[in-house]
Amino acid sequence: MNATLNAIFAKHQHQPGALLPILHDIQHALGYVPDDAVPLIAKQLNLSRAEVHGVITYYHHFRQTPPGKHVVRVCCAEACQANGSEALAAHAVKRLQGADVTLEPVYCLGLCSVGPAVQIDETELHAQVTPKKFDALMNKLGEKA
Amino acid sequence: MSITVYVPGDAAALALGADEVAAAIVKQADKLKQDIKIVRNGSRGLFWLEPLVEVVTAQGRIAYGPVMAADVPKLFAADFLQGGKHALRLGDIAALPYLAKQQRVTLRRSGIVDPRSLDDYLAQGGGKGLAAARAMQPSAIVQQVTDSGLRGRGGAAFPTGIKWKTVLDTAASQKYIVCNADEGDSGTYSDRMLMEGDPYCLIEGMAIAGLAVGASKGYIYVRSEYPHAYAALTAAVAAASDWLDDFEIEVRKAAGAYVCGEETALLESIEGRRGIVRSKPPLPAISGLFGQPTVINNVITFASVPDILAQGAQFYRDLGVGRSRGTLPFQLAGNIKFGGLVEVPFGSTLRELLYDYGGGSRSGRPLRAVQVGGPLGAYLPASQFDTMLDYEAFAAIGAALGHGGIVAFDDTVDMAKQARYAMQFCANESCGKCTPCRIGSTRGVEVIDRIRGGDLKQIPLLRDLCDTMTYGSMCAMGGMTPYPVLSALDHFAEDFE
Repeated sequence: MNATLNAIFAKHQHQPGALLPILHDIQHALGYVPDDAVPLIAKQLNLSRAEVHGVITYYHHFRQTPPGKHVVRVCCAEACQANGSEALAAHAVKRLQGADVTLEPVYCLGLCSVGPAVQIDETELHAQVTPKKFDALMNKLGEKA
Repeated sequence: MSITVYVPGDAAALALGADEVAAAIVKQADKLKQDIKIVRNGSRGLFWLEPLVEVVTAQGRIAYGPVMAADVPKLFAADFLQGGKHALRLGDIAALPYLAKQQRVTLRRSGIVDPRSLDDYLAQGGGKGLAAARAMQPSAIVQQVTDSGLRGRGGAAFPTGIKWKTVLDTAASQKYIVCNADEGDSGTYSDRMLMEGDPYCLIEGMAIAGLAVGASKGYIYVRSEYPHAYAALTAAVAAASDWLDDFEIEVRKAAGAYVCGEETALLESIEGRRGIVRSKPPLPAISGLFGQPTVINNVITFASVPDILAQGAQFYRDLGVGRSRGTLPFQLAGNIKFGGLVEVPFGSTLRELLYDYGGGSRSGRPLRAVQVGGPLGAYLPASQFDTMLDYEAFAAIGAALGHGGIVAFDDTVDMAKQARYAMQFCANESCGKCTPCRIGSTRGVEVIDRIRGGDLKQIPLLRDLCDTMTYGSMCAMGGMTPYPVLSALDHFAEDFE
């Protein structure tokens, strides 16, 4: 972990307000921001550990524990609600019970005219997702029912 | 010579399978030894037709859509590379009434230009605003923007020229241009479309702002929920460095806090802190990013500026009504048949957008409520669908146009539940700095739960709480959460009983 962190610190050494970019890079490299990284980040940026901890826990995007093999996010904002995202989210909870998948809500992916929308592992997007289509997507991910 | 085929790389098109379509076209062309070149354009904003494939032929660009990967072999068999007949053939997409009736200004290149090519941007008329600005005095640039009547498109609708003038008039060794691309409102995607489909337009607008106020550094703060927009901007900013001369832009990724769309919270976030709202004054225009004078505007605001400089303030001012000048890219979303981007001058009505463009609900049931302006916008009943789309007309009925998002709901919606959601969303996303927002939203959820449980005596209490939040909150998060709550209560009282 230390080598990874040092490389990230070096990259952002001269960047004003570097805390969020550093946290993004750490999470990208490790999948989450480990507790052990907090004092090192604090020292690097001349902040208190409380300040770093405060930032990590303030933003929904940052994780303090490793996610599952895949991260599946179901949009639960109004435009997707209007097209049945609540039922889809409830279905997803049932479908993914016991699977190595982190399921979380997301509030708007900007796909508001083709909802309900689902995001898999940050960059893979799906529109007009019905429970049936959701099952097909999860089967493709290799997650058993 | 190779034939150019456009397959959108817009996130909504990707969500509908555009990557698979592009791969299938490449594969089939290889198999048939056809020489083609694929361009990943943005979206035209007609999402029920996505993935919308366009082929450049002797008769112009011929569109096909919605194309699934499985349709591709049949399209080749129908000779679509020459514009051949096929059930999915739409012909010249610009001639479809949905587009022909619009007046695209800010998003006129989206879906047409190659977003990865600065040369194509310049060939399609981009760059003229920056060239004009480079020959002008800073105060003359600001005057043009002021005269155009442009107001902030993020939602607050503050006159852009006045903001820029304040920054110009504030002396400092370093000033900043910050683009608020934290488009968190549900039902809005015009920023995303522009960033993915025409990123150089935003960059040009920011560079003009830099010249206008004397700033050499810009930041674009993009939502982490928009990885494709982030990638498009990062690539465009890198490719634009020579063109921009000594104006430098850094693209920053947000981290999923809705309240960071509030300008001072956004500045805190760029500085590396929790996105907590700052007290105003001082205004960001006087003491903003890193304590320096800062222009902070929304994506569409900046992207409107190049045309104002290129064509003159009068051109923009001539569009629109009253104090709402120019165009607004409205976004039809939710339960709507023809969801998409409709850019028109201010002055048409909600009904025109919902029915003439949108075609009514997707489910086929009657539209019952429409939320305009995101999670902090009011729910309007059918009796208000004739309200003119204009900032002042909306303010007069206790609503807001906001960022132009329009979310339609059919008659299965439970408005008491939507009101509860508004309070719950505020409770989740409040930055916590002021009490009316932080505590009020949680109490609001509890009060609505009691009302829904049958205790109607709690309704005056809910109104009282909304009053406190409206007048006591530091920013629009707590201050406008009462909009959806009270409008639901006022117009859909039966759902609370």
